[in-house]
Amino acid sequence: MTETSAELTKKLSAAVEKMPAFPKSVQRILELTRDSNCEPKELVMVIEKDPVMTMKLLRILNSAYYSFPQKITSVNQSVVYLGINTVKNMALSFAAMGVLPASNAAGFDVQRYLIHSLATASLARTLCQKFGGGAADPTDCYIAGLLHDFGKVVFAQFMPEEFRQALAMSAEQSIPLHVAEQNVIGADHSIVGAMLVEKWQFPKSLTDTIRFHHGDISTENMVQCCLFVANQISKKLTIGDGGNHVVAELSPQLVSRFGGDIDDIIARLGDVSKIAEEAESVAQGSQEASA
Amino acid sequence: MKVKFWGVRGSIPSPGPSTVRYGGNTTCIEVRTDDNQLVILDGGSGIFPLAQTLLRELPVTANIFNSHSHWDHIQGLPFFIPIFIPGNSIKLHASFDPVSGEGPERIMNVQMQYSYFPIREAEMKSRIEYVTVMPNEIVELGATSVTPILLNHPVVNLGYRIDCNGKSVFFTGDHEPHFNIYAPGDDSYAEYQALIEEQRRTIVAAIKGVDILIADSSYTIEEYPAKKGWGHGTFDSSIELAIATGAKFLFCTHHEPTRSDDALEKVFAEALARHAGSMGELDVRLAREGDEIVI
Repeated sequence: MTETSAELTKKLSAAVEKMPAFPKSVQRILELTRDSNCEPKELVMVIEKDPVMTMKLLRILNSAYYSFPQKITSVNQSVVYLGINTVKNMALSFAAMGVLPASNAAGFDVQRYLIHSLATASLARTLCQKFGGGAADPTDCYIAGLLHDFGKVVFAQFMPEEFRQALAMSAEQSIPLHVAEQNVIGADHSIVGAMLVEKWQFPKSLTDTIRFHHGDISTENMVQCCLFVANQISKKLTIGDGGNHVVAELSPQLVSRFGGDIDDIIARLGDVSKIAEEAESVAQGSQEASA
Repeated sequence: MKVKFWGVRGSIPSPGPSTVRYGGNTTCIEVRTDDNQLVILDGGSGIFPLAQTLLRELPVTANIFNSHSHWDHIQGLPFFIPIFIPGNSIKLHASFDPVSGEGPERIMNVQMQYSYFPIREAEMKSRIEYVTVMPNEIVELGATSVTPILLNHPVVNLGYRIDCNGKSVFFTGDHEPHFNIYAPGDDSYAEYQALIEEQRRTIVAAIKGVDILIADSSYTIEEYPAKKGWGHGTFDSSIELAIATGAKFLFCTHHEPTRSDDALEKVFAEALARHAGSMGELDVRLAREGDEIVI
């Protein structure tokens, strides 16, 4: 990366603090917290379906103010450490920042992005459960899927003109979006996403998984493998849209690790319509909430 | 090491004829370690009578450790007279609050506003220092060490372990043993259960072998189901924690404000009877305002 990457991270990191969350989750948090006896697990379910809220929560939990014995990688862990009431009030403070606008100057569809992120998260978790053989924690795969494209929504919010150009270049030239981003912005969403979470002291495993999700994944690393495959499956089945329509080939190592190519894996996953429906229902609600 | 109770009541000061034996002041514990450090655990209304005794030993150097920022643990702080006297040195230690994004300074700042208190923060004449402490990061005070441990309450709550010269005390502040937020059969039940069991092991390890355990025992087991999630323990959960950690003494504190002295003794006796066979050498007592124990 260039010398300016540290400055870019600093600028984007400060911007993310003020970034609003998705409409459906903001609405649900406000509904749930009207009742002082709301079910803790319902709050968790809302937060863990919103990449912005999850990112902000984990950012504070992993900050230097708490020297937890291990890095925090899930919303459930956050609740165990800080208690549901504190997590609830943190979610309320995120909700108080308004809602992420459905449209932005980049022309990036954040609802479709959300569907892609949620579907990739659920697919990565399912892949880990079915093919992981205990080599990774399915929850880590879920979080990696939820957050892998976070850099894109940051670009759309805070560098809309450059991101718009990158989206157009990717579509016109049929090149992967991250290649177009490198051309236009000088950094792609995986690098920026990784730099942000690195700055926020997320665990190195998650940082690396985000950084390499378009690059040289380690076939030894089950989380990276599951995320890569899940990302390609959600693009191939067009569940949502992260702005990148190029489905990458699985390497021979990945094919051997999962015992087949992408079509074989999809066939062995069985019915994924539930995953798609669930992801779409969250974003559907988002549209209604923002209307 | 000397431990003295200046406030043992939970939630709100509760003076009156029915609480006169155990006391109505809210949480405050004075600890004097063998190297003569004055450590004050929480600044509930009990810190006011403690402050009166400190006026005889000016200048005062006091390290206050606040478990959490709920009123009953901070409301006495503006009345801690040594803060107004030049020459005294007071350090207020507390955790970072993730919701406000502030540390211990907020505890004084919020309470000493014009509408609520006649003296401004700027008018405190002692040397006052705010120290944001982190879980598991030891604060060294001469030969005394204080270790903050993250416990479970509706606001971030730190328990504190004080060690000096081979003697130790642990104070929970307000703490409810973790419970699973999922129902058996929910997808996340097992994952959450593993997390809370690990957290319980961490807590037990941090308290292990302590001489004196002072623990939030607000409720009876009959009352608890209606108060689940409120962030308090029961007599039984405190006794179980003391047994698990091998504590020599357990002081049950944070007495319910509506509980009379007679009722307190009755429910305490019932809890003791339930554990009669499993307590071994453990000495369990009700914390009582004015009582002190020297080890």
